Amino acid sequence: MTPALVVYLKECRESLRDRRVLLNTLLLGPLLGPLLFVLLLRLIVSQEIERAEQPLPVVVIGAERAPGLVAALKQMGLVQKPAIDDPELAVREQRIDLALKVGADFGADWRAGRPAQVELIYDSSRREAGSSVDRLRGMLDAYGRRNGSLRLLARGLSPAIAAPLVVANHDLATPQAKGALLFAMLPYMLMLTVFIGGMWLATDSTAGERERQSLEPLLVNPVPRDRILLGKLLACATFSTTSLLLGLVAFSVAGHFMPTEQLGMSLALGPAFVASVLPVMLPLVLLFCIAQILVSAFAKSVREAQTWLGLLQLVPVIPSIVLSVVPVKAELWMFSVPLLSQQLTIMRLLRAEPVPLSGVLLGALVTMIAVVAVFLLARRHYASERLAVST
Amino acid sequence: MIEVQGLVKSFGAVRAVQGVSFGARDGEITGLLGPNGAGKTTTLRMLYTLMRPDAGSIHVDGVDALAEPLAVRRSLGVLPDARGLYKRLTARENIDYFAALQGLEPAEAKQRADALIAALGMQDLAGRRVEGFSQGERVKTAIARALVHDPRNVLLDEPTNGLDVMATRSLREFLRGLRAAGRCVLLSTHLMQEVAALCDRIVIIAHGRVVADGTPDALREQAGTALLEDAFMRLIEAAP
Repeated sequence: MTPALVVYLKECRESLRDRRVLLNTLLLGPLLGPLLFVLLLRLIVSQEIERAEQPLPVVVIGAERAPGLVAALKQMGLVQKPAIDDPELAVREQRIDLALKVGADFGADWRAGRPAQVELIYDSSRREAGSSVDRLRGMLDAYGRRNGSLRLLARGLSPAIAAPLVVANHDLATPQAKGALLFAMLPYMLMLTVFIGGMWLATDSTAGERERQSLEPLLVNPVPRDRILLGKLLACATFSTTSLLLGLVAFSVAGHFMPTEQLGMSLALGPAFVASVLPVMLPLVLLFCIAQILVSAFAKSVREAQTWLGLLQLVPVIPSIVLSVVPVKAELWMFSVPLLSQQLTIMRLLRAEPVPLSGVLLGALVTMIAVVAVFLLARRHYASERLAVST
Repeated sequence: MIEVQGLVKSFGAVRAVQGVSFGARDGEITGLLGPNGAGKTTTLRMLYTLMRPDAGSIHVDGVDALAEPLAVRRSLGVLPDARGLYKRLTARENIDYFAALQGLEPAEAKQRADALIAALGMQDLAGRRVEGFSQGERVKTAIARALVHDPRNVLLDEPTNGLDVMATRSLREFLRGLRAAGRCVLLSTHLMQEVAALCDRIVIIAHGRVVADGTPDALREQAGTALLEDAFMRLIEAAP
């Protein structure tokens, strides 16, 4: 058995017995992203649905005086609740959100073509009732406008006379836009999963080994230090990759719970996505792991290492933010930048768009060059005398 | 057999070791005796090739430690100052890890581990995780792990530090057993009783230099005192 393999197996075995490692690798890392996504998307969508589709229960007083109005409101989604004695008190005591009161003269006024009165009873200081009030007012407006137009037509006039101004609402914060913004963060979520998955092992097997004074005995063995480093790197990468795989599967499953159709988006989160993202991310897994090991090797304690890694884990968010704020057109050179390359590739896979193979390979190549460079740096530090001596 | 010639090591402005020379023979226990901060640990660290001396030479069984550190480490069993074990592994797993790193075949490793576990009287400990071990149990595990490849030369940095009387006594017995088996044993200590009870030869180090080197009797004679402790004090104080 080669020394690197011996170190690898021991690190894996030791980590499998560490509850913190298991928690981070198997639970927190993989599930954090998908869970966050499902919750956020549901929140966005449920707000929209509430506004547009949900039935609106309203207490209607004097409904028998305006059967035409009530029938029209019911068509628009109103659910008529039986009348109660004191609607003002009920609103004040928050037993109901709002009530609609049809005036006593409604029928007579309506037939005579005079403005017929209905009353909306609500409390504007209660914010959660606001959207219901707005919706009911919108329904009443629509009913009023329609009947106004009919009356004008009956007198041979164009309804356009009564509508000198038309306002077209163009709200840019559509659910699609909100959803797209969120999905630009998905690659970062995957990168965070990789990062969290390897972090405990990276700090524990380097800074931790030093802190617990087991590094000096280890280095006394007749094994070149770069083999020890390699073993630790591979163990770290194994846990990271496990984390990534679980995270991808979790995203894939979570895809079924994401209301993407309601957002007018289609996401390719199936098995093909999992199978193609995994190899795309592998060079990045190695880069993250060796970077974590390098940083941890410089730290004097596990705590210090984690502080530094906490800052380091913000680095992959930069391309995500840049891409979601400045929607640049992907060019080939961008695929040669580690992090950015994987980000672009995953975004395209997500939308089931064609991915340029040359770009993916270029990204993998440059990332692997970075892995080797950081490995050499770490090896240099591992060869120094200062490393072993913990005091 | 270990031969050290003119070792020098500085850390910045601190000159930790300033020309240490001595030898340690097979079948003997040699004690590096000196007050705290005398340069014992640094000297040992250079011997087991963790640190590179600024000047001087080290030969272990005739092999140049500076030229062939890996070969030298194979012939050394080392109990360093830092004795960290892997808490989440059992005692036997700790020993097996080092056996594999030394390149032992599994069958040979098991045989050696069994022999050491028996010799150190730790049959009850072997299957337990190291977490929660007493100081004595930890030292036993660390020694078993260090000697699993049956090295010809054994280096121990303050081996009885923190051990109770019983553990100290059984450890000394174990070291005498190594001597009887013809091993070269070199230990560092600041404890007078330790060298008096164990060592065939004593190398006294103070301020990074060897101030005396010989058998306990020779040292008493050299200092002109009847007690080894007095000899120790006098020789150290006489050093420049």
